[in-house]
Amino acid sequence: MSAQHIAARRPGFMERERLQGFLDVFRLLGYRTLGPVVEEETIQWREVDTIDALPTGVHARQGAGEYHLEVQSDNRLFAWNHGPQAIKPLLFSAEETLWHERLMADGQVDIKQTLPEVKPTAIFGVRACDLAALALQDRHFLSQQNPDPHYRIRREALFLIGVDCAFSAATCFCTSTGDGPSLGEGFDIGMAELDDGYLAWGGSAKGGEIIDGLSLEPATEAQLNSMIQETDRAAAQQHRFLPGETELKQLYDKLNHGHWDEVGERCLSCGNCTAVCPTCFCYSTGYQRTLDGRSAEMKRQWDSCFSQTHSSMGQFMLRRETALRYRQWLTHKLAGWQEQFGRSGCVGCGRCITWCPVGIDLTQAVAALLDGGLADV
Amino acid sequence: MNRTKPKLAIHKFSSCDGCQLALLNLGESLLELPKYVDITHFAEAGPNNPNAKVDIALVEGSISTPDDIERIKQVRENSAYLIAIGACATTGGLQALANLADRDAWMAAVYARSDTIETLSSSTAISEHVKVDLELHGCPVNSQQVTAALADLLVGVKPVSERQPLCMECKRKGVVCTMVTKGEPCMGPVTRTGCGALCPSLGRACYSCYGPAETVNDGALAQRLQSLGLTTEAVARRFLFITSGAPPFRDAGLRLRPPPLETDE
Ligand code: SF4
Ligand code: SF4
Ligand code: SF4
Ligand code: SF4
Repeated sequence: MSAQHIAARRPGFMERERLQGFLDVFRLLGYRTLGPVVEEETIQWREVDTIDALPTGVHARQGAGEYHLEVQSDNRLFAWNHGPQAIKPLLFSAEETLWHERLMADGQVDIKQTLPEVKPTAIFGVRACDLAALALQDRHFLSQQNPDPHYRIRREALFLIGVDCAFSAATCFCTSTGDGPSLGEGFDIGMAELDDGYLAWGGSAKGGEIIDGLSLEPATEAQLNSMIQETDRAAAQQHRFLPGETELKQLYDKLNHGHWDEVGERCLSCGNCTAVCPTCFCYSTGYQRTLDGRSAEMKRQWDSCFSQTHSSMGQFMLRRETALRYRQWLTHKLAGWQEQFGRSGCVGCGRCITWCPVGIDLTQAVAALLDGGLADV
Repeated sequence: MNRTKPKLAIHKFSSCDGCQLALLNLGESLLELPKYVDITHFAEAGPNNPNAKVDIALVEGSISTPDDIERIKQVRENSAYLIAIGACATTGGLQALANLADRDAWMAAVYARSDTIETLSSSTAISEHVKVDLELHGCPVNSQQVTAALADLLVGVKPVSERQPLCMECKRKGVVCTMVTKGEPCMGPVTRTGCGALCPSLGRACYSCYGPAETVNDGALAQRLQSLGLTTEAVARRFLFITSGAPPFRDAGLRLRPPPLETDE
């Protein structure tokens, strides 16, 4: 964490006992409050009213194709990294109706857009990588010419309370992408969890107002040092990495590398990696009709570049082999996004490694493609 | 407006009637259906007119007797659009397991007298005998998929069949992966969507009653299932189960469990 970074925070200290009161502020302000909750042996975003619902001492042990929660003796509430989904599904819905069409008696078609009804929503415990991913999704869905109305309505209702990562999972590599483990930007309130409480600071005007209202004591020098040590520990726990963006662009020079076929042999084309990736944004659309033939809903659902239809044009399929689909995914994510969005599409969250049923690891693939071969870790 | 309604027939071949029951369980939309189609044949529900010419035929069951072969040809001739519904009609069904076994020995073991039974040497999908216009999979079929296909056909749109792997459905539904969290031997990565990820949503592994997805990498999945502790035979049985007659699964199963060599004694 740079000195500049810390200076900009100017956090106040909140004792552990005050956390419930902090949560209550949002309810009083009319927010629905979401936080991390253990469900189905994972960390999930669920409505939380009391801090007792938060996962005490829960750490996530992750590996390629493996995810297990463990309870340790510390009393940390944000020791877990992280759940199967970032906040993507809360904004870019996995399945939704875009509009209704109805054939009227006079032969005209009446089209009604169906927009989501959302309550203002505060999310507790958002991580640096998830915020970096959110910024990328914003650029995609909120482009000036063509903002996506469904995404925008949900996005505008969000209040984000970020938390520095004090630990890393074995699959995390945000240090190498520059997106974590300490919070960068994109949150309304930032927090760091220490042994005896929290440091908190405003990240936006509305977040700053709430923090001011809490009248916290300014953090001491010792507390600031602990804050740095926490994220330093998280960073030191990471052993996977991606090379820099200039090197990643060289993936385009490796289109005929033999490693694509090697991955293609192992890859199931199941699309799990794209579904859990917090930056992937592909979807497909289709009509759902009623039997009377007079009305229909236009549905949209998450799609994946690993599906056949993704590269099909009429009867012609561009990417028949799985190797080509994996190549499309990796080159687009790591190189193509740089042209599209000015940065790589990977924020180092490692979810695609964990949630791949056969444990394919993009950092290994990149190492093999760019260096001509690295032994399996 | 005085248009004649399209005619619909529902036929049964070698099957357990579960898909017809799934249609009966539609409830309200089943009652709505006669407003838009004329159901000429649905023996399970009443109307019995198997030889009428129809616009749409739903066919449940596999072809496993000489009589089935003759009947399915007739049904095809009588139907403008033929939809095979369920695992039996699309893959040969559970009864296709006998295709890989000693059928005569099985019959002798099950029936007191097998000489009165007339059966083919295999149980096969409808599409192996006549042209099929659409296949809707599952054991049983998802009746919502059936009504969606009918709704499309009634306005003259070609229905599409879902072919993506079940994993996509798990993720869209927010179902946690049973393989990654619990080491369940899930067949979802090679199974087509359509059921709404029913088994994983209950914390169980998918056993592929919908059959093969658009892409089947059986080798990679088999390796993973073995690393979860399944024996080669147990993995073979995951592929050779409800939809063992589907070529990608049959081939995968036989690669894992090659048939015994024929020997002369
Ligand atoms: S590519 Fe993988 S590690 Fe990178 S952001 Fe997506 S899911 Fe996370
Ligand atoms: S890389 Fe893994 S998660 Fe992604 S499609 Fe291939 S097998 Fe599925
Ligand atoms: S539970 Fe099965 S179907 Fe669902 S994501 Fe995991 S492997 Fe795929
Ligand atoms: S999860 Fe698999 S076995 Fe269960 S209903 Fe769906 S397709 Fe059938």
